Amino acid sequence: MSIIVDKNTRVICQGITGKAGEFHTKGCKDYGTQMVGGVTPGKGGQTVLDLPVFDTVSEAVEKTGADATMIFVPAAFTADAILEALDAGIKAIVAITEGVPVLDMVNVYEKVRASDSILIGPNCPGIITPEQCKIGIMPGYIHKAGKVGVMSRSGTLTYEAVWQLTNLGLGQSTCVGLGGDPIVGTSFIDLLIQFQEDPNTDAILMMGEIGGNAEEEAAKFVKENVTKPVAAFIAGRTAPPGKRMGHAGAIISGGKGTASEKIAALQDAGIEVAESPADMGDAVVRAIKKRA
Amino acid sequence: MKIHEFQAKQLLRDRGVAVPRGIVARTPAEAAKAFQDLGGSLAVVKAQIHAGGRGKGTVAGNPEQRGVQLVRSAEEAAKVAENLIGNKLVTIQTGEGGHTVRQVFVEEGCDIARELYLGIVLDRAASKPVLMVSSEGGVEIEKVAAETPELIFKEHFCPHVGLQSYQVRKLCQKLGVAPSSYGSAEKFMRGLCKAYVELDCSLAEINPLVVDSKGQLLALDAKMNFDDNAMFRHKDLQPLRDLDEEEPAEVRAGKAGLSYVKLDGNIGCLVNGAGLAMSTMDLIKLHGGEPANFLDVGGGANVEQVTEAFRILLDDKNVKAVLVNIFGGIMRCTVIAKALVEAYKTVGFNVPLVVRLEGTEVKEGRKILAESDVDIITAEGLTDAAKKVVAAAGV
Repeated sequence: MSIIVDKNTRVICQGITGKAGEFHTKGCKDYGTQMVGGVTPGKGGQTVLDLPVFDTVSEAVEKTGADATMIFVPAAFTADAILEALDAGIKAIVAITEGVPVLDMVNVYEKVRASDSILIGPNCPGIITPEQCKIGIMPGYIHKAGKVGVMSRSGTLTYEAVWQLTNLGLGQSTCVGLGGDPIVGTSFIDLLIQFQEDPNTDAILMMGEIGGNAEEEAAKFVKENVTKPVAAFIAGRTAPPGKRMGHAGAIISGGKGTASEKIAALQDAGIEVAESPADMGDAVVRAIKKRA
Repeated sequence: MKIHEFQAKQLLRDRGVAVPRGIVARTPAEAAKAFQDLGGSLAVVKAQIHAGGRGKGTVAGNPEQRGVQLVRSAEEAAKVAENLIGNKLVTIQTGEGGHTVRQVFVEEGCDIARELYLGIVLDRAASKPVLMVSSEGGVEIEKVAAETPELIFKEHFCPHVGLQSYQVRKLCQKLGVAPSSYGSAEKFMRGLCKAYVELDCSLAEINPLVVDSKGQLLALDAKMNFDDNAMFRHKDLQPLRDLDEEEPAEVRAGKAGLSYVKLDGNIGCLVNGAGLAMSTMDLIKLHGGEPANFLDVGGGANVEQVTEAFRILLDDKNVKAVLVNIFGGIMRCTVIAKALVEAYKTVGFNVPLVVRLEGTEVKEGRKILAESDVDIITAEGLTDAAKKVVAAAGV
């Protein structure tokens, strides 16, 4: 088992006729994901990679029975694409697009939270349940099916962690990239709830970074509600204050959101914190031993 | 994107938010004329740089001259402008080197009854913008938040509905602003919230916000930052960008579509992905080195962009060694390898280069490097890479 997506998930790609959309639709399809179609307004009736293209998401849902979407439309149209997917009743909306204006997301976030759909991203690598379903841009081959739930605010750092886990023989139940923006649809806590309930997740690895207080909130939640072993890593110990470190959300402002504050909160919650990014896989091993 | 105080005030004035009259001056003569044109007996000359703490900041080599000064004549205005323009102002936010002042803002004086604080930011925990006010004007809000958080009052607002009148009254009551000022406060606060949304700000801060002797609210200072992701729909704001205020290497990286932040260390790093780039810096530090920069080449970069990234790194005279750490996802290791060879040919490497490649097309990438005549130190895994680059930098 897994969380959010599995082998039965039927996926469309919004922006499938674009270069990135087509490229990654192919990657997901090759991995074994049930890609069932795509949407590009004005290009309905065409086919891409033998998949039907529709003008609207609601039409795509009606004709294909899709229950998940992968969004690759340009940043200026991403908010609209998410709201369209929501309106069409898509349950898992994965927005890969980077560079969405933050005020666009205020409105989208409110609507998503009031629905029973899940939004992952934007500015994220996507979600993968190894050997079942990949929705996103991560390299599939580094993953292995297993029992560690992985969640992160960063893309390549997640690949690094997953690769370490796989090399240690630890497979993953589901890996989720939350996204690097100040407002993202899904929080660490949302996923902690799901991983805690998932019978096939035995341990959890979270990777946070400077900026905001999502890690502190997650630490508090783990302390009170999570019985499974949890390991963590925080990126940005050496980041200077007031500078945006690539991700729009990775910035220490007003002295808040530093790595040391986050690490202290995680340790206080009994979470095994990796000292070095080379130590993320081993931190999971230590967390499991500690709870055993 | 950041802008100067005088630019922020113009944007606010255009939107009906009360600001004092002021004129920007780039020479002492212009400052003198500005004083005369304002027509009062008192004015303030303010250094325009993209950093706070100007009032307490001093000019390098001239500790008597502060960044903000009251003047009572055109001659005095010219004198202060002369002391400031072309010189470096050192404030708590500029670092020891200071920022060169290229222009001053000459502003009419006003009679101050009270100084308050007002700021709008995104509250990430609530996923909404929040208006914060405090009775402690003129003081750094971080200091107030740490020492007397009970003096800060907040109201969230929805971008398309805006701040409501009752929220203004609530805040006024908490600040002890008299009901006779509610009208002025409403115009000011709602106008500022509207500007924040309309201009896609990431910060709008008025510190101090002044209540004058007539009970009117007025922005004595104004700071506005914008969401870079939204700048595509604000072409009119582009001319307000002041490249002189930005780190040249960061501007150059931005043009090449790279995300770069200059730091003070001597180990350059070139990484794909923001999280991994930050972690690579941390790793260098953990093994006793100091990172010279943050550099994320992103997922979609081509050979030209990555070559430019190498050039930027190698142009930094502090750099004694470079670590290339790539976990190929969208970014293919072959692109990095080709760029490395290209940079070697066109720029030449004057410092040792440690390369760690993993992920998409790693075998092909390693092969390109092995078959080239580029002199590199290869590393297996993160720890090995960090140890090797720290040793190569000779620290």
